[in-house]
Amino acid sequence: MKSSLFNILGPVMIGPSSSHTAGAARLGRAAYMMLGKPPRKVRFTLHGSFAETYRGHGTDRALVAGLLGMQPYDEGLRDSLQLAKDQGIQVEFVPGDLGDVHPNTVLIEMTDDQGQEHTLMGSSIGGGNVRILQVDSAKADFSGEYPVILTTHRDQVGALSHITQVLAEQGVNIVTLRLTREKRGDLAFAIIETDTLADPAALQAIRSLDEVLAVTSLEKLL
Amino acid sequence: MYTKGTDLLEQCAQQKKRISQIVLENESAMQQVTVQQVRDRIGELYDVMFAACTKALNQCVPSLSGLTGGDAMLVHGYENNAKGLCGATLLHGVAYAMSCFEVNTAMGRIVAAPTAGSCGILPGALFAAAERLGASKDQVIDAFANASGIGQIIAYNATISGAEGGCQAECGSASAMAASGIVEMLGGSPETCLHAAAMTLKNVMGLVCDPVAGLVEIPCEKRNAIGVANAFLSADLAMAGVKSNIPFDEVVDAMGKVGKALPMTLRETALGGVAVTPTGLKMREKVFGKK
Repeated sequence: MKSSLFNILGPVMIGPSSSHTAGAARLGRAAYMMLGKPPRKVRFTLHGSFAETYRGHGTDRALVAGLLGMQPYDEGLRDSLQLAKDQGIQVEFVPGDLGDVHPNTVLIEMTDDQGQEHTLMGSSIGGGNVRILQVDSAKADFSGEYPVILTTHRDQVGALSHITQVLAEQGVNIVTLRLTREKRGDLAFAIIETDTLADPAALQAIRSLDEVLAVTSLEKLL
Repeated sequence: MYTKGTDLLEQCAQQKKRISQIVLENESAMQQVTVQQVRDRIGELYDVMFAACTKALNQCVPSLSGLTGGDAMLVHGYENNAKGLCGATLLHGVAYAMSCFEVNTAMGRIVAAPTAGSCGILPGALFAAAERLGASKDQVIDAFANASGIGQIIAYNATISGAEGGCQAECGSASAMAASGIVEMLGGSPETCLHAAAMTLKNVMGLVCDPVAGLVEIPCEKRNAIGVANAFLSADLAMAGVKSNIPFDEVVDAMGKVGKALPMTLRETALGGVAVTPTGLKMREKVFGKK
């Protein structure tokens, strides 16, 4: 059997639903990792089944818990709305239509303490597993099974090779790589899944490349 | 490497091993860790499950929606009632399973086994059986490993998701896993384990997933209760020498096909079954307001 027995016996999680609670906490945590800390203000747009049943499944508490940096098995999860309030974080939930996406999908729009806005969209696809569909302006499609590096850089010849060159020099192996751009010669986005988490030195080396405007690193979610 | 019940039986026979050993060694090789490290990790899950199975035995743990809670305590209080037809061992397993499930609905910590909606059955059944048999924690860890192997095979060849296959895929799979684990704990052969698992799945073939208000509460908790009974009965049948006339692998395939044939309304959408009874709809309105 190629898949782990701990996919059958596990995960350890806060109930009641692996898709509506554990998966939601992971999506919130992905957003937390984008910022490296909780935002000052957040709006969750809930789609489909998330919109229908989020209170009864604690999806709201799970999302906020993740956004505060909690794991799906953290018992503080059920008190997360109060914790967020205590930290002065403004939280809003709105039902909405996010288009042709999985029924358990959420759009997370955040404002950090510098006033910068960030967005993340993802789906909880069952068993606590997730797919991240969008990170800021970049279309994405990753599971959180691996650490991820996200770059925003200028769409110009050689930019990607400079980024991958740094990773090679730092001994970071690439699992998958997805490159998109807004329009030719404008902004481009690379989403790079790696076997190991890139250390701060590697991220700094990428950040200091001429073409690169921003770098974000996410730990693995699973 | 195994993907079928017949693979497990073959490897058990060739290597003169129990199902749990084959499953543990497979995991150890795949994750590049020792068998003891795999056992230790199951031991950690054991502790989380035991805490959930006992938490709601003597106190009411209400669900987030307020629709359920307190039933584990009622069963626990009835376990030793002289008129109880099921007997103390089964009722104790049921109380454990319902406690675990109530902790789940109250946003407490559980282990999905194989899912959150079926989280009570496997630990409830194994813990109660182990107490009755005086089995050690190591033996229970073996039983969990055996059960996980059965779950892996069901997930690979059919499904363990209620949205894909109905409740037979969730609670049915959990019960089949438990039945096989119990048989190994009882000293039964690998063949006997698979007969028990096959009979368990056949007993709930076609069981629909129809959660009231879309919540993992009603009727899920009682299906966790009957899941323990199903596992105990099938384990006892198998140990008595009763064989499943249809082999385990064929039952698994049939369950997967039945799951696909179930209409959408009966696969975790809350659009059929008890979810759309007048009372079920009223409960939905109570929790979420009028649609």
